[in-house]
Amino acid sequence: MRSLDIAYMWDLVPVIAGYVPLTLFMAVISMIAALVLAAVLAIVRVLRVPILDRVVAVFISFFRGTPLLVQLFLFYYGLPQMLSFLTSINGVTAAIFGLTMHFSAYMAESIRGAILGVDRSQWEAAQSIGMTQGQLLRRIILPQAARVAAPTLMNYFIDMIKGTSLAFTLGVTEMMGAAQKEAAGSFLYLEAFLVVALFYWAIVEVLSVGQRRMEAHLGKAVAR
Amino acid sequence: MSCEIDVSGLVKRFGANTVLDGIDLCLKPGERVAIIGPSGTGKSTLLRCLNYLDRPDQGKIAIGDLTVDAAKAGKAEILALRRRTGFVFQGYALFANMTARQNIMEGLTTVRGWSKEKAQDRADQILTQIGLGDRGDSYPSGLSGGQQQRVGIGRAMALDADLMLFDEPTSALDPEWVGEVLDLIRKIADGRQTMLIVTHEMQFAREIADRVVFMEGGRIVEQGPPGQIFGNAQDNRTRSFLRRVG
Repeated sequence: MRSLDIAYMWDLVPVIAGYVPLTLFMAVISMIAALVLAAVLAIVRVLRVPILDRVVAVFISFFRGTPLLVQLFLFYYGLPQMLSFLTSINGVTAAIFGLTMHFSAYMAESIRGAILGVDRSQWEAAQSIGMTQGQLLRRIILPQAARVAAPTLMNYFIDMIKGTSLAFTLGVTEMMGAAQKEAAGSFLYLEAFLVVALFYWAIVEVLSVGQRRMEAHLGKAVAR
Repeated sequence: MSCEIDVSGLVKRFGANTVLDGIDLCLKPGERVAIIGPSGTGKSTLLRCLNYLDRPDQGKIAIGDLTVDAAKAGKAEILALRRRTGFVFQGYALFANMTARQNIMEGLTTVRGWSKEKAQDRADQILTQIGLGDRGDSYPSGLSGGQQQRVGIGRAMALDADLMLFDEPTSALDPEWVGEVLDLIRKIADGRQTMLIVTHEMQFAREIADRVVFMEGGRIVEQGPPGQIFGNAQDNRTRSFLRRVG
């Protein structure tokens, strides 16, 4: 048994830190895109839009029913063989695309549940004062659903940050990829992967504090 | 005087069950009509159809110059009808994400396009009228049942509707809150607001209504001034119902 090379780990910190922005960039862009897509998917399901409803059901089923890694490989290595315009897609874009699709499927189900959790009578009350479907969703239903879904959505965001590490398998040098490269040169795999693990952990911990604050704030918005 | 509200041949079916079986009803301007009758006879469905919360299968609803024909009612007509009919729900149905004031303002800003300032002034007037001048910033969860229902009424008042519809407005309330809600409805009735009220409060119906309509089996069985319906009903079904509730 050998001891940890702490000095080496310390040297790695600024190296890995340099890739934190890319990881956060992929996660934030994917999260925003996934939120928008998930809200649309959820609304299609709640309103039972003819035909689209079935398409969305299959979409959600597929992206929840297959591993994220498989989906990323499909987008990046598989699809370009058929759709030639995709050959120029880079790893970061493919990762963002894959993360968006994958997580939007999960998030759509959370948002749908939260929408259905808003008392039906509020839909009717909004209709009764003459609101259109769009107005009542935007003004009454979605704000309340967002409050209910927020903690779950935050958990998905945390999962997403960790999921960006799979971009490494698409040839992207992000935090995980950088750690892998460093380790390949030094052979100090334990140190390198430990540092990158601690980085993910720290990011997630910071977010968890934010999550708790957000929940406290949301709880206050509707005073009991 | 001609009808301000003219309902003709209204039919509503739920599957094989005909809940409204050809309702004709005419309300003159300022007329206050109470609908009574056993549960499950279509009283609430009638009100809900007048607001298109339930879509009637046949019949016409005319309010002033607006006529909505169930056979060909489009989105625009339905929205126009709703803007002319204020609906008060049994279970309040307040917007939980909004304060009392915002609940009242919502129809003015989002639906009628008023400026925020103008809507706020109007909402504050209404809050005073409903006796909640100091509770405008409270969320529904912080109000008593009676206060919530008064906000629900205030929200409908804000529409300045041609017709106010009250669907058993006190049935979900604890007995201690019934009085204040009835007082408010009485006040609105005194202002000669055209209204239709479905209620189990017979004494109240007798007191505020110009006309009482007795419904059973999806039809209007009998109607007339309260004195006649409560004192000298002609139809056996009306008398039998009144004996049971009286």
